[in-house]
Amino acid sequence: MKFTEEHEWLEVEDDLVVVGITAHAAEQLGDIVFVELPDEGREVTKDEEVVVIESVKAASDILAPLDGEIVEVNESIVADPGKVNEDPEGDAWFFKMKIEDLSVLDELMDEKAYKAFIS
Amino acid sequence: MADEPTELKTTVLNDLHHAHGAKMVGFAGYEMPVQYKLGVLKEHLHTRAAAGLFDVSHMGQVILRGPDVAKALEALVPVDVVGLAEGRQRYALFTNDAGGIEDDLMIANRGDHLFLVVNAACKHADVARMRAALEPQGITVKMLENRALVALQGPAAEDVLAEHCPDVREMKFMDVATLPIAGAECWISRSGYTGEDGFEISVPNAAAMDLAKSLLGDARVEAIGLGARDSLRLEAGLCLYGQDLDVDTTPVEAGLSWAISKARRTGGARAGGFPGDKIILKQMADGTTQRRVGLRPDGRAPLRAGVVLFDAEEGGSEAGKVTSGGFGPSVEGPVSMGYVPQAQAGEGTTLWAELRGKRVPVRVAKLPFVPAGFKR
Repeated sequence: MKFTEEHEWLEVEDDLVVVGITAHAAEQLGDIVFVELPDEGREVTKDEEVVVIESVKAASDILAPLDGEIVEVNESIVADPGKVNEDPEGDAWFFKMKIEDLSVLDELMDEKAYKAFIS
Repeated sequence: MADEPTELKTTVLNDLHHAHGAKMVGFAGYEMPVQYKLGVLKEHLHTRAAAGLFDVSHMGQVILRGPDVAKALEALVPVDVVGLAEGRQRYALFTNDAGGIEDDLMIANRGDHLFLVVNAACKHADVARMRAALEPQGITVKMLENRALVALQGPAAEDVLAEHCPDVREMKFMDVATLPIAGAECWISRSGYTGEDGFEISVPNAAAMDLAKSLLGDARVEAIGLGARDSLRLEAGLCLYGQDLDVDTTPVEAGLSWAISKARRTGGARAGGFPGDKIILKQMADGTTQRRVGLRPDGRAPLRAGVVLFDAEEGGSEAGKVTSGGFGPSVEGPVSMGYVPQAQAGEGTTLWAELRGKRVPVRVAKLPFVPAGFKR
């Protein structure tokens, strides 16, 4: 699993990149009550706003971590946003991306580096 | 949260908040708990299901004492204070010459004096206003620094508090009484700001920690932060001063005409005689151009304070704005309040809220969003 400074996690699964938010981010945001996901098939560029999440406190944007195409979104977290608090780094993934070159993930933080980043 | 922590005041329960894992934020100049370990959602639901304990010691507790104090205070509020019976409390508003609201407050008749609870952010201005108006008449205005204030709210509040003080069972909504709890003289009112039955307890600073700890020691009670306090009052259709009420909004626009006592209305025994009386009484007779309403968005996205409303999905004109809004845990959906033109204020009217560049449908809804649990 790789991590961004925007508190997203990325994991490669069947040549796609699965993206979600970290447990640390979910904890900081508090109870999540609303998620709006992008359309499947949307081409996105890095740092483009792709997801809106609202907690009991405030709205936040989730940015595309990489250039690529959104190929699948997790509708179950739209129906039950609380899942993001329950299992942020598992069942409550946000979307799957197809990217050209998976090696760009090597530049991202690993778990140890992310832990140091948030401490 | 922009406040520097070093500049913030603390309440006498500060250590308890930290011990209970609170996330602390700056609020009205105080370091206050926004939530505890349970989180806003569960704290909210727990308060509606059992009982929640809130530290509201940042609020101003003020004693007014002197000759004809009730009559004198009536010059500042559109409320019948003279007719307020001993042992009773009434909701009131400080108005200004334009009819706007300077603060909302509670006034209790405690026999030989009046006891007021005012908002934290307004308390120094409120005291200054009262001193200017009342001291020349020989009335003393004293803000208490030696008492804390906690609220115990929820359907289990009576049973919990009765274990410490059985007499609270006899109290009705808006009754006030002086009762001992563990030897400390507490000033208790049967009221709150959550839409639930409950009590607000003014307790000497020295006894506040023991009282809070013993209430939290009851399995039915959880500590509740400002986050859930906000969603609870919003679902209950109650106004937050500074958001839903301000110096430019009149009580009539705010839907608070019920708080303007009969005695102070046109034709009443002591009609007018409060700041902005002509404007406010004229509005009561002729109506206003805008008023506060409940708003239920069609979708799941919360509409928060500042969101602008329109009368059409595309184009059209502005039709008010949201002044409070968020997710209502008991409603299980987004709830908001805002001000809309009178023509669009009818229940069920569809408006469109501009949210992140899109217009989303929202319906004017009845307040409160959840039925009140007061013990009348």
